[in-house]
Amino acid sequence: MAFGDMSTPLKHVCGLGSARSGTAHFWRQRLTAIANVPLTIAFVLIVVALLGRNHAAVVQILGSPLIAVIMLLFIVSVTTHMRIGMQVIIEDYVHDEARKFILLIANTFFAVAVGLACAFAILMLSFKV
Amino acid sequence: MAQFTLPKNSKITDGKTWAYPTGARDVRECRIYRWNPDDGKNPRMDTYYVDRGDCGPMVLDALIWIKNNIDPTLTFRRSCREGVCGSCSMNIDGTNTLACTKAMADIKGVVKIYPLPHMPVVKDLVPDLTNFYAQHAAIEPWLQTTSPTPQKEWKQSHEDRQKLDGLYECILCACCSTACPSYWWNSERFMGPAALLQADRWLKDSRDEATGRRLDNLEDPFRLYRCHTIMNCAKACPKSLNPAKAIAEIRRMMVERQV
Repeated sequence: MAFGDMSTPLKHVCGLGSARSGTAHFWRQRLTAIANVPLTIAFVLIVVALLGRNHAAVVQILGSPLIAVIMLLFIVSVTTHMRIGMQVIIEDYVHDEARKFILLIANTFFAVAVGLACAFAILMLSFKV
Repeated sequence: MAQFTLPKNSKITDGKTWAYPTGARDVRECRIYRWNPDDGKNPRMDTYYVDRGDCGPMVLDALIWIKNNIDPTLTFRRSCREGVCGSCSMNIDGTNTLACTKAMADIKGVVKIYPLPHMPVVKDLVPDLTNFYAQHAAIEPWLQTTSPTPQKEWKQSHEDRQKLDGLYECILCACCSTACPSYWWNSERFMGPAALLQADRWLKDSRDEATGRRLDNLEDPFRLYRCHTIMNCAKACPKSLNPAKAIAEIRRMMVERQV
């Protein structure tokens, strides 16, 4: 919230006060960053292992319990990291309040949709629906 | 959106080339940002030739020499001329630093001097640091206690005093904050490296009893967490301090009191 030109510099700096939050976001970003390292390596290895195989073999490998759990963890960690990372970029550069809120909402919707679609695909393979 | 180009009235034009000093043997070319709020013109880069034989070794010596011998209208802040007061901070050779401790011999080619980046300019090399000082005030940089004041002094062990080393030396020259891209984009809401280094100085003080409240006031996605560890602050600091480390320390305290 911007205040008029007649308010003091301290009033401008203090603004609406501290949000008393941000640490959870910071912690989650680090946590998913750490998780992304082994999960991304595992994801790449799985994709390499799938290269050149036929459809039935791919369905069988991706649907197996251990691989499916790794893939689901990868999806959750990466999409969470993606959402909070993009949120920071939007907050950094978009200063128009209306545009910022629309982008933040779209960012969350996009990450949830992508994550859910990926998870749904893996579950479909696992349960052979 | 964040602004990536200068506004039309801030675009820098070619300025005047001032007279070459007669009879000088060792001459140094200086290009200096000039802007006068009273003439309604865009900022310009003036070229000056400094007689090294008649002038001290530092960039501040050159500026004073120019003001005394060529152009008395050149405006800049200076006071102690030995890196203690923080008045003569400016952008020299692409880096924010103090003109009084930056030797001309350490600069290759033309000495280019601008005011501190991304601050409103008052005149020439003088930036408006009102917001920067207000942020320092906002972290309440004084000892806060609720225990009864002792008859003599608030005692502090030698070890606890040592925890303030690397923090108390800050001279508030604003080189770090004005070198920080996060501060450029969000200087209204992000406290900036200088204020956060000062905040850490009071958080670390064994005598201060307001630690929890200080952390409460900093726990904010913008005030503290807008730092993206770009490290320009540590690179620019003319006192070789590390505000990025101080910010990391504050974050460690934030996590520590939650986990």
